[in-house]
Amino acid sequence: MDFSIVVSDFASLTLDGIVVGAIYALVALGYTLVYGVLRLINFAHSEIFMMGTMTAVFVTSILGFTGYEDPLPLWRFFLVFALIVIASSVVSGGTAVILEIVAYRRLRNMGASRLSSLISAIGASFFLTETFRLLTDSRNLDFPRMISKEPLFQFSSAYVTQDKLLVLAGAALLFYGLNRIINHTRLGLGIRAVSQDERTSVLMGVNVNRVISFTFLIGGVLAGAGSAFYMVFYEVTKSNVGFLIGISAFTAAVLGGIGNIRGALIGSFVLGLFQQYTAAVLGYNWRDVVTFVVLVLVLLVKPTGLFGEALQKARV
Amino acid sequence: MADLSRFNLRDRFGDWWDETSPIQRGFTRVFVIALFYALPLINNPVIDTPETSFQSVLFYPLVMFSLMAVGLNVVVGKSGILDLGYVAFFAIGAYTYAMFALKTSLNFWEILPLAMGFAMLAGVILGLPALRLRGDYLAIITLGFGEIVRIVAINTEAIGGAAGLTSIPGPPAFFGHEFTVMDPRPYYWLTLTLLSLVIWGVLRLSHRKPGRAWEAIREDEDVAEFMGVSTLKYKLWAFIIGGAVGGAAGAVYASQIRSIQPEMFTLNLSIMILACVVFGGMGNIWGVILGAVLLGYLPEKLRFLSETRIIFFGLLMVVMMNIRPNGLLPRKKREVVKEKS
Repeated sequence: MDFSIVVSDFASLTLDGIVVGAIYALVALGYTLVYGVLRLINFAHSEIFMMGTMTAVFVTSILGFTGYEDPLPLWRFFLVFALIVIASSVVSGGTAVILEIVAYRRLRNMGASRLSSLISAIGASFFLTETFRLLTDSRNLDFPRMISKEPLFQFSSAYVTQDKLLVLAGAALLFYGLNRIINHTRLGLGIRAVSQDERTSVLMGVNVNRVISFTFLIGGVLAGAGSAFYMVFYEVTKSNVGFLIGISAFTAAVLGGIGNIRGALIGSFVLGLFQQYTAAVLGYNWRDVVTFVVLVLVLLVKPTGLFGEALQKARV
Repeated sequence: MADLSRFNLRDRFGDWWDETSPIQRGFTRVFVIALFYALPLINNPVIDTPETSFQSVLFYPLVMFSLMAVGLNVVVGKSGILDLGYVAFFAIGAYTYAMFALKTSLNFWEILPLAMGFAMLAGVILGLPALRLRGDYLAIITLGFGEIVRIVAINTEAIGGAAGLTSIPGPPAFFGHEFTVMDPRPYYWLTLTLLSLVIWGVLRLSHRKPGRAWEAIREDEDVAEFMGVSTLKYKLWAFIIGGAVGGAAGAVYASQIRSIQPEMFTLNLSIMILACVVFGGMGNIWGVILGAVLLGYLPEKLRFLSETRIIFFGLLMVVMMNIRPNGLLPRKKREVVKEKS
């Protein structure tokens, strides 16, 4: 246990923690939005993220990038990256909407138990992971480096690079957009109404099925965009990539109080930072254990997460 | 579709069962049990599985999944606690057996209760804090527990680290039946015996006070508490019993497979067992076993689809849930007056 690393590398760990947290947040928002309207954990959400990473790799290979080129000029990079983000978002968002129709809608209309929906989602998750495992032959897929990762400048021990700035800026933009949609549109009003009380919102004329479809779409688009940022930062994917990211993002959502959008954001950053610090002290191997232990402790002391309402009794 | 989702074979069978005489029931019991014990003696191409021999498929996954599913059913089906980390108990049982068998001179029969004891202890350690929570929070904590056990096993060199433990001794011979690596049949019979005992025990409990308490908790925890059911106590017992069964399964598995690695105990296995429970029919022991047998058998039988079988399997789960959300053989429904929507 060497705590001096945290002190000496504090700035570097903090920067990485924030970047990782931003990526978690984009995925965690999908969990929390769906939980808000459906009171269900969307277990296939991690696969929606995985689809996004696959699309990103696919688009770059169509465009003919091999990974051995010199970094693109910035304006061209932005064009290419915008294309990748849009493609990933469309695929992930589309998958999310189809998933809702195939795996959830009928069960919901039947009034089936939550466990049935869970199993149905797990089946869909199996289906997607296995399909892509076979398509990719269980290989790691590399994402070509199109942007220079040379540090722009150094702040204390932290090397600030273009890709990290890109992730942060992109995530901030998406959070702003989400905020606009949730708080300032009719659709967002519908989502908030269904989250509060589905029955009453039906009586008030909200088309619940439509709202739920849109919620899945928004969650999927965020995860898709998140997957594009993930690929720029980590540059490698695999058919099981969704599992670890999904677990972390889900933990973040619970940490912040699942169903609570702001909570998911803050929970993601807290988790991202915490993972970096503990990984530096204990070693990367113990990262997930520490994450879960802290989660357990938080839930025991404050079972609703850091910012949740008093959910745990009402939402059994 | 509507008829499909309502048709319940269990009720038909239950009615028939109630009308038969005790002698007929006794004969049926003996016949069914004998049939199951005789299964590995059958060599029929219709039920045979390609690639792995039918006998080894009978041991793992069929009877092993059934045993674990019956254990998990106490937690998920009877008490309504969503446990996503059941594999942890299986892992603890397997590791306890492996460590004691390698380091001490105790034999299988002596370690089996120890393995169950350790799994029960883990159930208490996890359950006491976790069972105060409900629903999804409980689900994520159990999921975390399953992952923690696996990662700790990977990172602890004293129990083999990522490479795991190898050359674990098997059980001693039992009335002339040698437990060898090559022959899975004695293990099948051993596990089947364990399974029968567990089924008997769980059925006894279900008909008595704990069973009623579990059902009350599953239907409405708050009301159960108001009615004087000590909910934490019974939930904890459900957890401990489920854990003990998982631990026993793990010990038997380790003694047969002879070498264990942490990577055998992933979330996928927990999900698989949970799928057996829900697929077969939560809360109904026979449905759960049917689910375990089908979900264990089909992927082995459908090897001709080779690599793609899990894809079809995932699809099957989705379709199945959409047609019969309560599983193949749902538990018997008490008369419920439902408001029409």
